[in-house]
Amino acid sequence: MPKVTIDGISIEVPEGTTILNAARMIGGEIVPPAMCYYSKLKTSGGYCRTCIVKVSKGSDKDPRPMPKPVASCRTVVMDGMEVENITSAEVLEARAGVVEFLLINHPLDCPVCDQAGECHLQDLAYEHGKEASRYEFKRREFEKTDIGDKVQLHMTRCILCYRCVKVADQLTDGRVHGVINRGDVAEISTYIQNAIDNDFSGNVIDVCPVGALTDKTFRFKSRVWYTKPVDAHRDCPHCTGKVRLWYKGDDVARVTARKDKYGEVEEWICNECRFDKKKTSDWVIEGPTHVDRHSVISANHYESIRALKASIERQKKSLPHGTKVGLGQGALDPNNPN
Amino acid sequence: MGKKLLLQHDHVPGIHTLQVYRDHGGYSALRKALSSMTPEQIVEEVKTSGLRGRGGAGFPTGMKWSFLAKPPGVPRYVVCNADESEPGTFKDRYLMERIPHLLIEGMILSSYALGANTSYIYIRGEYYYVANILEMAIAEAYAAGLLGKNILGSGFDCDLYVQIGAGAYICGEETALLESLEGKRGNPRIKPPFPAVAGLYGCPTVVNNVETIAAVVPIVNDGGAAYAAIGVGRSTGTKLISASGHINRPGVYEIELGVPVEEFIYSDEYCGGIRNGRRMKAVVAGGSSVPILPADLILKTSNGEPRLMTYESLADGGFASGTMLGSGGFIVMDEDTSIVKNLWNFTRFYHHESCGQCSPCREGTGWMEKILHKILDGHGTLSDVDLLWDIQAKIEGKTICPLGDAAAWPVASAIRHFRSEFEEYVKRGSSIRDVKHYFRLNNLPEPVA
Repeated sequence: MPKVTIDGISIEVPEGTTILNAARMIGGEIVPPAMCYYSKLKTSGGYCRTCIVKVSKGSDKDPRPMPKPVASCRTVVMDGMEVENITSAEVLEARAGVVEFLLINHPLDCPVCDQAGECHLQDLAYEHGKEASRYEFKRREFEKTDIGDKVQLHMTRCILCYRCVKVADQLTDGRVHGVINRGDVAEISTYIQNAIDNDFSGNVIDVCPVGALTDKTFRFKSRVWYTKPVDAHRDCPHCTGKVRLWYKGDDVARVTARKDKYGEVEEWICNECRFDKKKTSDWVIEGPTHVDRHSVISANHYESIRALKASIERQKKSLPHGTKVGLGQGALDPNNPN
Repeated sequence: MGKKLLLQHDHVPGIHTLQVYRDHGGYSALRKALSSMTPEQIVEEVKTSGLRGRGGAGFPTGMKWSFLAKPPGVPRYVVCNADESEPGTFKDRYLMERIPHLLIEGMILSSYALGANTSYIYIRGEYYYVANILEMAIAEAYAAGLLGKNILGSGFDCDLYVQIGAGAYICGEETALLESLEGKRGNPRIKPPFPAVAGLYGCPTVVNNVETIAAVVPIVNDGGAAYAAIGVGRSTGTKLISASGHINRPGVYEIELGVPVEEFIYSDEYCGGIRNGRRMKAVVAGGSSVPILPADLILKTSNGEPRLMTYESLADGGFASGTMLGSGGFIVMDEDTSIVKNLWNFTRFYHHESCGQCSPCREGTGWMEKILHKILDGHGTLSDVDLLWDIQAKIEGKTICPLGDAAAWPVASAIRHFRSEFEEYVKRGSSIRDVKHYFRLNNLPEPVA
């Protein structure tokens, strides 16, 4: 088994593992961010360049460093390889550059975007971006288009990660979803606005790292951080039926696939589960979801609520009676939009 | 006059026909190879010749050929890259237009050497008429038994097809070319695997430039050693140079590698000096992608040695004071040329041609073009110049294919060598816009009304 050292931490990984997956095996801070790579989709990755790392030693056989930064999601480890990620200022600088490139044409309409709160680009920008943009020209814009009756494509927000294209290619039959035009006017498209008429087309919503592909049954219904994720399942003739329900009050606001800590779908779900089964009675509830990706969703979730309450109680005690404390009631009650 | 190997007979009337081409020694290399040489011997000759890829990268062809994987039972392909789209480069067009049989003979030889029974010439869509010339020549070759089954009774079969692209610069990148040839969107593939292992339809493939493949013909005819005797050091043989710009005699020239740049520009045998008696300001030596060099640095290296037309000499000094031979698109600019305007033109090209696959190139090329446009419009600031520098640094080396580098290098070199001119545009604002002959070499005069 080849041994690879990433930021000074060594690990032995199976033959053919990529640097990114080796880093995920180690876990923690050294895992490069990935906007286009999706472990469940073949040939994904290599496009966004956020996962670039420096290979300071190629392998034991050929210790020369690689001349350019490489995409860790598509570079296979060699025995004795040494990789620098967060220990290399050069890599961090290059990554900040990529984030800036991704953002210059992104509308930054997070306040009205359904993806806000579970958006990978938001997380990426917080962690690696600069505080201000140096871009001062008009951003590119596209008309919103419908892909079928349940999915809306808002191309303006797209970062061209190609994940949905790979889903359409690998999960559904008959290729109708692809990219037209080139350069910075390239756009995701179904062939002459064909609807993707397929049982699994809804998965393009789950793989989209930004708010370009959204669920029309959930659009503008709620901010994601006001909904409560619950794991549930049902007997589905098409898929495994293992889903995540997002409750707003007593209503199921939306249904998505279960995602792991890298935001990747664990098992694909069918359109029937996703769009048509929106009653609690359709599902067998397993219990609240444990969210361990750090995002605003996890920040106000059940597990932290007790701790939050305790902290506020402590603050209250130390202050004169009646003083309002930092976090308002809204943060404690997921149903209260204030 | 230097020795010519490719364009020896380019002015013979009717050389594009099989009969005239044969009368001038055509297909003798093929006959020699099929009757007396094994495929391995041809690869060996190409290695001995020191031939390097003429498309721009200058990678040793013999080495590329020896990398070709040869798993049993899997077909191999030879693909000729005739998607000549680099601004300032037009040598392949001339070669194919004048002597199509030279390329066809080279293709058959390469296919024989590499064991390929199906070969393709991928030609850019804009060369539609050239494709017609090639098709006619291929039909002649089929009729004469030079293509098809059992070529010249040797038992070797080879089919040759011409595929016309749809007009994309990116399809000149070898993996994008293969994607396009397979009928897909011309996006470059992520390497590895390299085409030598998994290329066209997942089979081992060699992709070579038109000129490289044509050069196999004289190598087989005269032997690799004779080819290697021409040139200087590791730059062997002859090279077609597409000379354009403000020179007296623009055109395609076949030079022996090692001709001094000064001789190439000023000798009447080649470019014939700068047009209208002006002085030279800058040269782009190998197609728009390579760094631009000011007149003093193109004629002499930073050590004061005269620069030669070789891969090594032009690259002397790295990117700080050197450039690259590239595809041989030699663009000469006189003292009246605006470097900023020229750079904007190049950058606009790369913006238009970026495939949009990876973020730095997709977003960065458009951004650079907009900034340059702003500077040209007289709204630029000094920080814009630094921003341009920063953007190009963040594109270079961060992309899947070399288009990102190709877009970054002209910007970097223009700022490196002509920063004062950018600053002048910023300072004087839009007053520069209408003054055509504004900048004089090394001393910027007052604006003329």
